[in-house]
Amino acid sequence: MNETASMSTQTSDVEKLVRSEYRHGFVTDIEADTVAPGLNEDVIRLISGKKHEPQFMLDWRLRAYRHWLTMREPQWAHVRHAPIDYQAISYYSAPKSKRNAPKSLDEVDPKLLETYEKLGVPLHERARLAGVAVDAVFDSVSVATTFREKLAKAGVIFCSFSEAVKSHAQLVEQYLGSVVPYSDNFFATLNSAVFTDGSFVFVPKGVRCPMELSTYFRINAANTGQFERTLIIAEEGAHVSYLEGCTAPMRDENQLHAAVVELVALEGAQIKYSTVQNWYPGDENGVGGIYNFVTKRGDCRGNDSKISWTQVETGSAITWKYPSVLLRGDNSIGEFYSVAVANHHQQADTGTKMVHIGRNTRSTIVSKGISAGHGQNSYRGLVKVLAGAEHARNYTQCDSLLMSDRCGAHTFPYMEVKNPTAKVEHEATTSKISEDQLFYCRSRGISTEDAVNMIVSGFCKDVFKELPMEFAVEAQRLLAVTLEGTVG
Amino acid sequence: MTGMSDAVRPYAEGYKDFESALACGAPPWLTALRREALARFTSGGFPGEREEDWKYTSTRSLQQRAFIPALAASSAAAVAIEPARLRETPACTLVFVDGRHAPALSTAESTINGLHVNTLAAALTHDAARLESYLVPEPGWSADPFIALNTAFLRDGVVIEVDAGIRLAQPLQLLFVSTRQAHPLACHPRILVRLGAGAHGVLVETYLGLEGAANLTNSHTQIALEDGACLEHLRLQRESPEGFHVGRVHVTQQHASRYLSNNLDLGGLWVRNDLHARLQAAEATAVFNGLYVVNAHRHVDNHTRIDHLAPHTRSDELYRGIVGGGRAVFNGKVVVAKHAIKTDASQSNDNLLLSRQAEIDTKPELEIYADDVKCSHGATIGQLDEQALFYLRSRGLDPETARGLLIGAFAVTVLDRISVPELRVFARRQLSHALASQVVIELS
Repeated sequence: MNETASMSTQTSDVEKLVRSEYRHGFVTDIEADTVAPGLNEDVIRLISGKKHEPQFMLDWRLRAYRHWLTMREPQWAHVRHAPIDYQAISYYSAPKSKRNAPKSLDEVDPKLLETYEKLGVPLHERARLAGVAVDAVFDSVSVATTFREKLAKAGVIFCSFSEAVKSHAQLVEQYLGSVVPYSDNFFATLNSAVFTDGSFVFVPKGVRCPMELSTYFRINAANTGQFERTLIIAEEGAHVSYLEGCTAPMRDENQLHAAVVELVALEGAQIKYSTVQNWYPGDENGVGGIYNFVTKRGDCRGNDSKISWTQVETGSAITWKYPSVLLRGDNSIGEFYSVAVANHHQQADTGTKMVHIGRNTRSTIVSKGISAGHGQNSYRGLVKVLAGAEHARNYTQCDSLLMSDRCGAHTFPYMEVKNPTAKVEHEATTSKISEDQLFYCRSRGISTEDAVNMIVSGFCKDVFKELPMEFAVEAQRLLAVTLEGTVG
Repeated sequence: MTGMSDAVRPYAEGYKDFESALACGAPPWLTALRREALARFTSGGFPGEREEDWKYTSTRSLQQRAFIPALAASSAAAVAIEPARLRETPACTLVFVDGRHAPALSTAESTINGLHVNTLAAALTHDAARLESYLVPEPGWSADPFIALNTAFLRDGVVIEVDAGIRLAQPLQLLFVSTRQAHPLACHPRILVRLGAGAHGVLVETYLGLEGAANLTNSHTQIALEDGACLEHLRLQRESPEGFHVGRVHVTQQHASRYLSNNLDLGGLWVRNDLHARLQAAEATAVFNGLYVVNAHRHVDNHTRIDHLAPHTRSDELYRGIVGGGRAVFNGKVVVAKHAIKTDASQSNDNLLLSRQAEIDTKPELEIYADDVKCSHGATIGQLDEQALFYLRSRGLDPETARGLLIGAFAVTVLDRISVPELRVFARRQLSHALASQVVIELS
């Protein structure tokens, strides 16, 4: 057997796979209603005006903007990027397909539907087969919402944020900024000033949401930063599961994405928030890609409430994201399950914050980081137990898998404990796929590629099993595509 | 000097007295080194809480005290320092009182072949030129204001050199005593340790605060281990309950060298230690063992860092804390550089949190830039095991004894990692003394 020959064919296969370009790279040609780049109070007034917002929203945005002017961009994250010119970004872009928003899928611009088709999101099919209501965000304005009626029957409000501001102004005014205040951090404050749309979910007392809620986010028009705002409220005893997934077209310029997600769980309520993030990560040389600076926070406001974050982060050039839970209510539970992949020149600085405030609060953190190529993957987490949090319990597990000799895996866990009845545990490991494991699989006739996929899937299993089923399948496939050819 | 913060001004003024009090004849490079270090310190000032390395430790209480430089020699009663002495016959013991060498309390000069021990003051007088390369800050180490301060007030300390191939059977003891002063002093001892290829040594560095001593000890230890050298280091900090202590230990390790650090923090009001080892060549090993006992309103902060800079290097770290009050901070960083493959690093930090008035902040960090490595870390914060307590109580032990036993067992795990038997005995004795004299459990 000529080993060298087989090696070289293998290498070229691997190279081909490594070079495989981002699949979802295309731009839909739609006339967009875009505001000239730049940020000032007039732009904010314009955004607010275009969306016909009530006065309180404009006031809130302006307060945020004025506060933002006094803030400085944070430098602590373990990421490197060129400085961002906030004046070079256009802060508003809306698809200009029809004067009035479409009421059903049939009314939606066929070009938009084509885009989703290319992304593998057949809206009709998905809606029918999976029983999922999809609130599709195209750039900044929602264009299609399905299953609205079924949800309405249950009393669940699921709509775009701009619609909620108009039709449910009181709820928005009551809850907006109550978890992530407008002054929270640089990017959240920027978002508060300029956010254009997002999703709003309200599940009333005692209601179990009859279906999984899902939104597809996309970034399309060039030079448009997307600033979504999501607000989910689960009243006493309500249950809701929300899914968020995204891909973006190929582009050479870095795009800023600074979303804010706020979750409020009242007594006995449960919110499960799952994310599959697959934004354009930049090419193999690290050119282009999305900057993903997100603030996600849940507030277990009532006793016995539960908030669970699950995320699969495979995209973005830079990810800066720490979905957190404030465990305010007694016996409340916070969970964080994460798989983060950094391939090529991607940089991920992600983790969570669990703040134990109430008694008997519990939190679980499972974080799996995969680094390949020149990727830099950091876990940064905070577990904080305040003095009054009797019998708080935390368990953190944080593992890293290294798949090249040029990548990096870093762990920065912070533990701050002020209560002597608390139990906090953290463990972390870093390793690579061992030659033994690979050899075993190869000797059983499994190709290297499949063997790597198997091992990686096994590594991520603890997180994938937390995802809703159809998402778990998608996430696994996504991971395989992302890591194609990383081990030769 | 303008633009200087109020906190650093006493040091700048103290420096003038210090410089004029020094005997003339210091080589010009040394004066330049001191002045440059002072300028670095006064321009940078004390670190603030916004700096990541000082997130949990405020230097405010330190800044409020205007420590003055120790100019005159102080004295201490031999009987007062007796408990801190290594009873087993040490190779030699050097005692320093408020930063200045006290020959009367020290043993005679060592006559062991291949071991050269000198006070820094003596070495600077007789052999200054040779020390220059040791004292000038090397690149790769953090620019640290406390090291700058130590350099500015560089005067006394110890220079230890062990020739290649020499294996020392007995430990060396350095004992730094802090005494009660009308106006609290700042002492800045510097310790230089160099082990030649294949040399073996045992070093005990003790800081003892006598009753009422409220001084600042700002020590800096620089250790260089040549190929195959092996050093076991016991650093025992027993400052008085009013004492301030800053300890900096930098270790440079060459091929197949082995450094074993045992760091015990049993005293001090405000303590900050930074222990940093750089494994610069293959097969180097660093083992860090640490134990801190914190109570009342004391603050003890341990920062450790291990840089794996070459392939096939190993590190193993275990720090444990018993916190019955005050605040304990731990930050352990392990960095694996590119190409440092086959690194094997493990780190663990366990804490017993025993009081409502206590706080623990811990942060074990891993920064890894190589793929073929085995790294792990863990951290826990918890209490004594209720079941174990119940078991002991059911055997007729009173709660206090039962708790004491469990706390002792928790701590001894660290001390059992000390490899030299007489050091282990010594450390245990020091620990039981500390546990007996401090209330670390709030009985409920």
